[in-house]
Amino acid sequence: MANSFTRMISGRNTAVILASVGAGSLTSGYLLCDSTADAAERRKLYPPSADFPDLRKHNNCMAAALTPTIYGHLRDKTTSNEWTVDQCIQTGVDNPGHPFIKTVGMVAGDEESYELFAELFDPVIKDRHNGYDPRTMKHPTDLDSSKITSGMFDERYVLSSRVRTGRSIRGLSLPPACSRSERREVERVCVTALSGLKGDLAGRYYSLGDMSDREQQHLIDEHLLFDKPVSPLLTASGMARDWPDARGIWHNNEKNFLLWLNEEDHTRIISMEKGGNMKRVFERFCRGLKQVEHLIQERGWEFMWNDRLGYILTCPSNLGTGLRAGVHVRLPMLNRDPRFKKILENLRLQKRGTGGVDKAATGDTVDISNHDRLGKSEVELVQLVVDGVNYLIECEKRLERGQDIKIPSPIPQFRK
Amino acid sequence: MPFGNTHNNFKLNYKVEDEFPDLSKHNNHMAKVLTKEMYGKIRDRQTPSGYTLDDVIQTGVDNPGHPFIMTVGCVAGDEESYEVFKDLLDPIISDRHGGYKPTDKHVTDLNFENLKGGDDLDPAYVLSSRVRTGRSIKGFTLPPHNSRGERRGIEKLSVEALTSLDGEFKGKYYPLKSMTDAEQDQLINDHFLFDKPVSPLLTCAGMARDWPDGRGIMHNDNKTFLVWVNEEDHLRVISMQQGGNMREVFKRFCVGLKKIEEIFKKHGHGFMWNEHLGYILTCPSNLGTGLRGGVHVKLPKLSVHAKFDEILSRLRLQKRGTGGVDTASVGGVFDISNADRLGSSEVAQVQLVVDGVKLMVEMEKKLEKGEAIDSMIPAQK
Repeated sequence: MANSFTRMISGRNTAVILASVGAGSLTSGYLLCDSTADAAERRKLYPPSADFPDLRKHNNCMAAALTPTIYGHLRDKTTSNEWTVDQCIQTGVDNPGHPFIKTVGMVAGDEESYELFAELFDPVIKDRHNGYDPRTMKHPTDLDSSKITSGMFDERYVLSSRVRTGRSIRGLSLPPACSRSERREVERVCVTALSGLKGDLAGRYYSLGDMSDREQQHLIDEHLLFDKPVSPLLTASGMARDWPDARGIWHNNEKNFLLWLNEEDHTRIISMEKGGNMKRVFERFCRGLKQVEHLIQERGWEFMWNDRLGYILTCPSNLGTGLRAGVHVRLPMLNRDPRFKKILENLRLQKRGTGGVDKAATGDTVDISNHDRLGKSEVELVQLVVDGVNYLIECEKRLERGQDIKIPSPIPQFRK
Repeated sequence: MPFGNTHNNFKLNYKVEDEFPDLSKHNNHMAKVLTKEMYGKIRDRQTPSGYTLDDVIQTGVDNPGHPFIMTVGCVAGDEESYEVFKDLLDPIISDRHGGYKPTDKHVTDLNFENLKGGDDLDPAYVLSSRVRTGRSIKGFTLPPHNSRGERRGIEKLSVEALTSLDGEFKGKYYPLKSMTDAEQDQLINDHFLFDKPVSPLLTCAGMARDWPDGRGIMHNDNKTFLVWVNEEDHLRVISMQQGGNMREVFKRFCVGLKKIEEIFKKHGHGFMWNEHLGYILTCPSNLGTGLRGGVHVKLPKLSVHAKFDEILSRLRLQKRGTGGVDTASVGGVFDISNADRLGSSEVAQVQLVVDGVKLMVEMEKKLEKGEAIDSMIPAQK
């Protein structure tokens, strides 16, 4: 049903129309089985105070923001897909804290979640995104890669460069909430669109369910594939249900432009290559993204976006640009220097191990990427990574020569 | 509230073919029974508390098959699930419980005096004896579905009931939330505590939500009688001790259970039970008695005998590793317990364990002496 409607209509009204269709069938659903009386009974028996989670041992953004008052306002609300705040916060309740990184502790089930549960999402967004206030601020989008300067790194240090983001298909629920048919619809929409890519972007799709174990391991070893979901941060939110149904990876023949389907987001788009040519990586990224967007629009679909939150993704940490631009870089001396952490902080950069977000950073090679996602455009963030990594390489060279290094002054958060 | 699939009415907008799960690589009871037609017929139903078909089957969709044991692949969210989704659950129950029909009646017998023998299993072979069952408390939904408020309500009621026990059952309740890591490790090593839920069979069904909120263990001072609160079921009641005196273990089990039931009834919340399915529990495999009576027994020679599995099958017994359902055996020591739960009484099931283990220990002794055991192999019970 969603297919026929959204193919006829394009534009931002799609979600509204779907919501009203959903509401209509909701009414008939209640007539089929009258559980409204029982639901009301149970709500009386268990007021919000009985259900308020015990967050005393928790350390995530959700736990810091959620109060009994907010919970009381939100518990009994549902989006038009019947998604609730309890479902949003389940991952944060089940995962009190992450050793390396302060987790967000909640997810959205659909585009509407960010509106309906704004009382909780807004402070979490503010906490996570350096004080960004969705009520008053606007997020800039800029995918003009020609603006990047000095985007070629010293390849004695930078081993590989990568830019990724995510995109959600408007009108379909997000991975924590989606039904099997919605997830399969995401796959259909994307695979159809991707088959229209040409030239250096032409490629093919590998469905996870039909891939051999050998193919799969090969793609993981080349850093192309996503993990089987074992992280409790992901599984507790419900995004791993029905695995591997409708999950897959698309990549071009060069293997430097890839899409993941139905992992943590509807789509993750990745541009990457060995070496230090970040400018070229970002140019391909922007070009590919624009072409994919054009191809889905031809069929009446569009990405979830608004000017307060930018691109809408499952995890609030990925709002805005959803962009993580990074390098694998050798910094053996700097990585052992006690000032490294502060340097990264001031440059608004983040360090990870070379296995991704849940792995420790050990040894000489580290993954360095932008810390921020929201409030700055794609071009600004990539430039920030370019400048920052160049600075880190300078520091490494100085340390090699026995010279001293300086902690740079902190980069300002938002445009004045 | 279950996570993930509550928006059932919204999903009905999509065609059955689009929503039906891909079970082509699956090997569990649910996958064997659920067809597209059945899915189409019952997917619009909900129990009064809002539990749906997708909720019932999610764990079976997410877990295609288990290496050691054929899993059920579905769970109940409340007492009514077994009625509302009987089209799916009756054939699964029949498949799992030896052809049990929707019209059959289940007999409950918790009179320990009806057990014959059981006090003379050789402790040189039988290292420990244990009987467990589960109970669900009427008026609450089950672990895959219940909210934090309900779970806490179950805990509160259970703590009141359990801490009022006296005599050999007098003990203390330890909420998981405030147990130290050291206390917890000790209890796991003593085989008393339940695992932190990591098995995807449990986590995918939603029963590990909000861990460790509302979970805990009560045990008596002797550590021979234990109750787990809010793991896979509302209550798991366990009687155990070192050595082979299964008779004593079963007596303590029956007496303790009866006392607990009386207290719950007085509070206006009896146990979920009906004359067709016996005691109602989360997993259809535990319906009936919900009873698993077993021993840890040394059978290094018998366990590698070609006919071991055949013998177990005829004795209506089941083997597991000594770490519980998801583990392998270590050093020739096996966990041997009754395979049946539904269609026979508690006494009958424990009798099978007692008689069967006694026979297998005799067989082990024979094999130690280099003698054959073919004449001892029993007929199908």
